[in-house]
Amino acid sequence: MSLSAALRALPLHPRVLWAKLAAPIDPPLMAIVATLLACGMMVLASASADNPLRLVSQAGNLAVALTLMRIAAQIPPQGLMRLAPPVYVLAVLLLVAVALAGDVSKGARRWLNLGVARIQPSEIMKIAMPMMLAWYFQKREAMAAWHDFVVAALILLLPVGLIAKQPDLGTAVVVAATGLFAIFLAGLSWKLVVPVLAAAAAGVVLLVASGDSICRPEVDWPGLREYQKHRVCTLLDPGSDPLGKGFHTIQSTIALGSGAILGKGWMQGTQAHLEFLPERHTDFIFAVAGEEFGLVGGIALLLLYAALIGRGLMIAAGAPTLFARLLAASLALSYFAYAFVNIGMVSGILPVVGVPLPFVSYGGSALVALLLGVGILMSIQKHRMLVQK
Amino acid sequence: MKFSESPLLSRLVPPRRGRVLLLMLMGCFVALLARAFYLQTMRNDFLQQKGESRYSRVLELSATRGRILDRQGDVLAVSTPVKSVWAIPEDARLAPAGLRRLASILGTSARELTRILASDKDFVYLQRQVPPDVAARVEALRLPGIHQSREFRRYYPSGEVVAQLLGFTGVEDGGQEGIELAFDAQLAGKPGSRRVIKDRRGNIVEDVESIRSPREGRDIVLALDAKIQYMAYAAIRQAVEEHRAAAAGAVVLDAKTGEILAMANLPTYNPNNRGRLSGAQLRNRAVTDTFEPGSTLKPFTIALALDQERVRFDTPIDTRPGRLTIGNATISDSHPNGVLTVAQVIQKSSNVGAARIALGAQPEDMWGMFARLGFGEPLKLGFPGEAGGRLRPWQHWRPIEQATMAYGHGISVSLIQLARGYLAFARDGEILPLSLTRLDAPPPGGVQVFSVRTAREVRTMLEMAAGPEGTAPKARVPGYRVAGKTGTAHKLAGGRYAERYVASFVGFAPVSDPRLVVAVMIDEPTVGGYYGGQIAAPVFSRVMGGALRALGVRPDAPEQAVHEAPGGQSAPPAAGPAAIRISYPQRGLR
Repeated sequence: MSLSAALRALPLHPRVLWAKLAAPIDPPLMAIVATLLACGMMVLASASADNPLRLVSQAGNLAVALTLMRIAAQIPPQGLMRLAPPVYVLAVLLLVAVALAGDVSKGARRWLNLGVARIQPSEIMKIAMPMMLAWYFQKREAMAAWHDFVVAALILLLPVGLIAKQPDLGTAVVVAATGLFAIFLAGLSWKLVVPVLAAAAAGVVLLVASGDSICRPEVDWPGLREYQKHRVCTLLDPGSDPLGKGFHTIQSTIALGSGAILGKGWMQGTQAHLEFLPERHTDFIFAVAGEEFGLVGGIALLLLYAALIGRGLMIAAGAPTLFARLLAASLALSYFAYAFVNIGMVSGILPVVGVPLPFVSYGGSALVALLLGVGILMSIQKHRMLVQK
Repeated sequence: MKFSESPLLSRLVPPRRGRVLLLMLMGCFVALLARAFYLQTMRNDFLQQKGESRYSRVLELSATRGRILDRQGDVLAVSTPVKSVWAIPEDARLAPAGLRRLASILGTSARELTRILASDKDFVYLQRQVPPDVAARVEALRLPGIHQSREFRRYYPSGEVVAQLLGFTGVEDGGQEGIELAFDAQLAGKPGSRRVIKDRRGNIVEDVESIRSPREGRDIVLALDAKIQYMAYAAIRQAVEEHRAAAAGAVVLDAKTGEILAMANLPTYNPNNRGRLSGAQLRNRAVTDTFEPGSTLKPFTIALALDQERVRFDTPIDTRPGRLTIGNATISDSHPNGVLTVAQVIQKSSNVGAARIALGAQPEDMWGMFARLGFGEPLKLGFPGEAGGRLRPWQHWRPIEQATMAYGHGISVSLIQLARGYLAFARDGEILPLSLTRLDAPPPGGVQVFSVRTAREVRTMLEMAAGPEGTAPKARVPGYRVAGKTGTAHKLAGGRYAERYVASFVGFAPVSDPRLVVAVMIDEPTVGGYYGGQIAAPVFSRVMGGALRALGVRPDAPEQAVHEAPGGQSAPPAAGPAAIRISYPQRGLR
């Protein structure tokens, strides 16, 4: 009695503190993200049986990322708008720095060593890109003319080109997709959208139809590296090199398939635990989930992503300004892009590109970028009325 | 999905765009779901089985290959466990220092190891069959991705001495030549197997069940006597060096059982270090190579005539003038001999005499005798490449051919066939099937080729041939009565007889109760003569003498009867039932 009274008297009563802390949090979004993160940690625990310390390290990453999410959630959209150009410029500069002085890991130059931490500037671009494009279209209001789309395309292509050059085709693809969503929603003419989509569809059909002839070793693909060509060719016929380039896809489809409907049970996956599955704690973690939790687990994850994207789009729909709406929608759709590209690659319908599974794969930079995005969505949701007034 | 119809969205975004996006989103999700459904329900059995095949391994438990022993139990071939060093290249990321140390232990270069480890395979051998100390030092380095597995290496303690007879095994421990191949089924045993669960690195995670325990290979006990084999090898080796011969062979048979006590060949090789081998080294020529035996066949011709009672021991044969013309061909003796008894035809090795005696026989009978002796057909000992020799069907024989066959031309045999033929004289007319393995029971029935009386008569003649007035006094063995026949055959080269010879000697001892048959063949001697009596007879003497003493056979001649004179020349014998009078050794005849 007296204790609670004393506590109530304190200026920093836990309940008050909690209320302050939780104020900018959007409960539905938080619930979805928390569920995803919990599932992710569980799968990661199974995928890291060989190295339990990884779990501790990921928990640390999570703490940092949640803090940054909370901070982002407090920044009002106007502030985000002011931040957009400097963040974008900073991200581009960091990408340039990576190209000039980055650390090389697994044959790619992706990391920048800042002394305190190693960061992946391409992850910052995942946030900076939609912010910058949304800012740009906001400036032009919805009256964008054709030359505005040219400028937007340049804003998009410069960092995408730098990322693709690292090379990190996966991140380049999802950053490009995020930007394209923004440009599309900003009202790019159908006359441009339809032919591009049609050309892409035709290209895929052509690729599948002529896979045998163009995948011969002596054929060079303009603009793509040898390993990138191999990944596409491997997708068309994983059996062509089962021990080499088709190894990842074959092992992950086996993991998924042997999971069947209900899975083998947590920590029971043979593909993962006997170390047949490569990259099982990062890019191929969905295969671990599929093997241990089966079709049911896979569908549950897909539903969680669908809910996340849905909530994001709802926030976008409720957003008062073009900037907030474009930003929210393209962030929500970027989650879709990550999840689709990753799961598509693991289940063998897309080529193997290095995209982690959002909220599940191990990795600090990716987690920070994802939760920053969530924080921005929350901010947009919380400030929808304030802006209108 | 009401948010797509939200007034806010429709005001700021053309509603069609939202709907297009939503359709696309749903399409993609449906694609993922369909794929997952396909993999996890429809392809599930197939993929599950593939997954199982990845970790469930049937582990082969190798059976130890049986040993090959000589008749005394001495080891001639044995499998010793060795390690093979292999690597998973992906795991084997070695620091330069580690790589250099590994290379120096394995006796290779760091560059070579780097080249092997650059492979994109999951498994590469770095070195197979390394000695135990090397394996232990590699183990001690504890390098990542470097593993070892147990294998067997075949070791042949007797080395080059018995090389061709034993043959060898391949790197997978299967017999490839000789006894190793002929008896592979018994030696190999049956590998067992266990089902285990392995991870990708090949570590066994769980031992599931034993499917079959291995059955060890059985030991093979050969008829071979390592001591006698060594004597035979040393003797032909000395002869080859002394006479600069191209090749040589010697066979020792137990006349009582038909067991092969020794079979030596030159050139030979070291089976423990088979770096560069030529076909000539590998050939077990006593079995695989045939030659025209020359005069060593005369006793058979004479025996047939005695059997058919066409001649008797002392029937005079006129060999004058040392030549015999049949059609447009002429047979000649190297020394004219005048009128000889049948016994002397053998003793002096008269071609003309043998030809005259042979011409009295029906071709069919002569062919039948050769066939019963086993000529013209492989002995089927189980060796690869056993030769049968040439014995043309009698229907096509011309008289000149019948005459030359009487003294061993126009017919070919292997050394082992020839030695087996002489069993007939050593065993009262009977020949036995030969045995590579030690016989613990009495030998299976033989074939009676000649009558007992004929065989004994020929035995006496052969003792004369090895006597002081015969062609091969150098074949004598101190303390034992010896019988045998020389052969000196021209070699055929391109269908013509060339100035190259095969010197041979086949004989047995002790004459009073023959125990051993020894056949010696020296191919193309170039220094110190080429006659069988000069070249092959001394080899026979050494092998026969050593073998008889090694077996503890009772001497049947007074010890002082024969003794070695300085310089290795045989001194005139003082006595011996067949030695009629003292004389100096003379040149051997063809």
